Amino acid sequence: MSYIPHTDAERQQMLAEIGVTTIEDLFEAVPSSHRFPKLDLPKPMSEMEVMAEMLSISDANDHAQDFAVFRGAGAYHHFIPSAVNHMLLRGEFYTAYTPYQPEISQGTLQSIFEYQSMMCALTGMDAANASHYDGATSLAEAVTVAMEVTRNKRKKIILSHAINPQYREVVRTYHQGRDIRLVGDRGRGDIAELMDMLDENTAMLAVQYPNFFGQIDDYTALADAVHEVGALLVFVVNPMALSLFKSPGELGADIVVGEGQPMGIPLSYGGPYLGFFAIKQKYVRKIAGRIIGETLDSDGKRAYVMTLRPREQDIKRERATSNICTNQGLMALAASVYMALMGKNGLQKVGKLNYNKSHYAAQEIDKLDGYKVDMSKPFFNEFIISCPHPIAKVNAALLEQGIIGGYDLGQDYSHLENHMLLCVTEVNTKDEIDVLVATLGGLV
Amino acid sequence: MSATEPIIYDLGSPGRIGVNLPDCDVPELELPANLMRDDLALPEVGELQVVRHFVKLSQLNYAIDKGFYPLGSCTMKYNPKVNEDAARLPGLAQLHPLTDQEGSQGALFLMYELQKWLAEISGFEAVSLTPAAGAQGEFAGILMIRKYHIDNDDKERDIILVPNSAHGTNPATVSMAGMRVIELPSGSDGNVDLEALQAVCEGENRNKIAGMMITVPSTLGLFEAHILKVIEAVHDCGGLMYMDGANMNALMGVVKPGELGFDVMHYNLHKTFSTPHGGGGPGSGPVGVSAKLKPFLPGPIVDIIEPADDENDAPLYGFVTPEKTIGRLKAFHGNFGMHLRAYAYIRVYGDSGIRDVTRFAVLNANYLRAKLMKTYKVPYPRYCGHEFVMEGHIEGADDIHALDISKRLMDYGFHPPTNYFPLIVPEALLIEPTETEVKADLDAFIDAMEKIAEEARTNPDLLHNAPHTAPVKRLDEVRAAKELVLCCAPALPGGGD
Repeated sequence: MSYIPHTDAERQQMLAEIGVTTIEDLFEAVPSSHRFPKLDLPKPMSEMEVMAEMLSISDANDHAQDFAVFRGAGAYHHFIPSAVNHMLLRGEFYTAYTPYQPEISQGTLQSIFEYQSMMCALTGMDAANASHYDGATSLAEAVTVAMEVTRNKRKKIILSHAINPQYREVVRTYHQGRDIRLVGDRGRGDIAELMDMLDENTAMLAVQYPNFFGQIDDYTALADAVHEVGALLVFVVNPMALSLFKSPGELGADIVVGEGQPMGIPLSYGGPYLGFFAIKQKYVRKIAGRIIGETLDSDGKRAYVMTLRPREQDIKRERATSNICTNQGLMALAASVYMALMGKNGLQKVGKLNYNKSHYAAQEIDKLDGYKVDMSKPFFNEFIISCPHPIAKVNAALLEQGIIGGYDLGQDYSHLENHMLLCVTEVNTKDEIDVLVATLGGLV
Repeated sequence: MSATEPIIYDLGSPGRIGVNLPDCDVPELELPANLMRDDLALPEVGELQVVRHFVKLSQLNYAIDKGFYPLGSCTMKYNPKVNEDAARLPGLAQLHPLTDQEGSQGALFLMYELQKWLAEISGFEAVSLTPAAGAQGEFAGILMIRKYHIDNDDKERDIILVPNSAHGTNPATVSMAGMRVIELPSGSDGNVDLEALQAVCEGENRNKIAGMMITVPSTLGLFEAHILKVIEAVHDCGGLMYMDGANMNALMGVVKPGELGFDVMHYNLHKTFSTPHGGGGPGSGPVGVSAKLKPFLPGPIVDIIEPADDENDAPLYGFVTPEKTIGRLKAFHGNFGMHLRAYAYIRVYGDSGIRDVTRFAVLNANYLRAKLMKTYKVPYPRYCGHEFVMEGHIEGADDIHALDISKRLMDYGFHPPTNYFPLIVPEALLIEPTETEVKADLDAFIDAMEKIAEEARTNPDLLHNAPHTAPVKRLDEVRAAKELVLCCAPALPGGGD
């Protein structure tokens, strides 16, 4: 019976102890009219058969082991050191749950504390929570925090149109029942235009860094302008870019959110990923989700525990600002092991590989007839190419050469028809890039 | 200050690196100096040091793989190893979420089948797999109920009824959706107080009731005896019924919530369908709905785009967005890594086995209940579902609390039950054994609970000072909240305020 260990004899002994004759007797409270319905499901399978079927499902997908991936747009193919997976496969980590009992959960608690610490180092913030579901829901939660900080009196939220379109959709979903106004993201303006929207009714302004198009915008005057009207500045970041570029803390951010997937988490068709959320000290009590703090045990030994618990839904119930309970804990562990392995030196080296390879690809593509790379702003590992053909046609030609090409920007931005967002990371070799360039060049 | 294991930062030395990376095979460029950061305060540690650090940390944890974990309402069942292997197959782990439809037919097929199976198990019309956890599934459900009424031009409905035994996520969800909660009392038998419900449904707020959220079986582990009357009362005043499916492990093959009349519910793949809890997550919280809510489902969902030509051919699967969708809940399409594990899990049990999951989960819970009620007070003398609540209070040992019993259980090698929930039972200990536990381990737990009851009377300090054998003693939680040390990274420019 699969994962159920009972022998017939044990079942009989247990039934006798309960005082019934069959297991079915235990369901008397279920309306008899609806009890024990038929289930139309496939026949059971052995472990061998299941694995064979999973393999055939796996083989039906175009994946990064068979194809050179040049697609990013919110999910990134990076190198993951083997040790990350080996740590995640430790049953002591992945078969535990939320560390409600700290005395026997120090492994989870300390590793999340270390994750929080490394996220603070990366983002230049003072505190980070134990995770949200993904980058998009982290941004939606940042809106709630900004509303709380401004005591729900300010109704305007400014979002840059250069924030990942899916993230902006999620913010709209989350806040559809609330009395707030989301502005800015349907325009096509620059940072100056966003700054013009700031007023005394603004709770927050959010930008992406690098933006959805891979570019590093000039945010030097932004923080002062946002803070002048008493609003919060939120950065949506790609953590990989923070290996090289100035931290959002240095640029004046109040909250930093983003997708942690690039740091040790496989593509996995879009999830499970890691929403990180980091914040300035003065707002730390407004943060949602689990947060781990350092303390002492009764022998004076350093130890870790979930703290600021009274903010959470199980205690505050309808007065809680978020309903989050289960988070992405194991993904935070993956990021923690990844950051520990990479460390300062490895992460900087990976950052430079991304920068150099993407710039090499951009320069080579820009030389091709009919293609134009947007080099008007600095970029990290993604950039925009204007193509002489519809992107579907370009990508079909690339697929024949074993390449998964860039993201078609025309589907989200009508003015960017025939524009592709290309991503180059440390896993893309020069040979792959050269095949990509040659294929694009040969396309008539 | 001593510690069990140093912090990762304390293991490092400047210049050390824990990973082998390739040299750059393209021309190297000068980085734009004005945009660069000055420092990156990450640890500098070698690979073996990192591995030992995390192995040692792992050993400080209790986990299902180590022993019995009867944490009520969390369904800590065995997480099959084959699912972990399957999740790491390259076509599943290394598939980009924006891969073209033709290149992701395997993944889309899997999601389509899982939607179908989940709908079948609970008797619903359609399922969306996008919610990332149970709480997000609840949020999706309440947003759908809200939008359904707005769509019917019934815009005054902003009240959701929630029993006082509910998970905290229920009322928090209602607030997130911009709606209001009316809390309902429970009767002395653990059921919803039907009279109180009817009074609300027929009272001044009758036309403002958007719906009701209810957990079945309740958080007390009890099947709501008047469930059909509860559903009828709410439907009669125009409200919709949301079922919190956290306790589906008590219902599979026993009753289909959709057939009882529920309009929407969420599943917890990390509870009922064995996907690992991961030290706090990830979860996955698909939502199932009746026909009237199908157009409002969060997208995208998987559908057949082109039917198969004949039985040797496969249909073409693709993502679609429901017509009146509440919108997107997260980027991409849900926690696919959890979907595939749940798929493999249902495949193993199949049509004849899924009901056994529930049968044996309920057998194990009732066995523990029958044995433990000889020693402890079990407030509701009825057969339970997959879990039951008892009071962590011992006659003749008045200063012993549920917390003391819990901490002492650690010394006997067990994870404690859920403490102090549900809130309506004093000193609550919520015990959920799950179907994957063998009788001998249940007996060992019963034995430990009996010994603890004895110790409470003869040597109460043994309990007050427990745990004695865990990696650390009881923690100073007040200090943690007061001093608020949340980060140990060296300070950077721009940090602090």
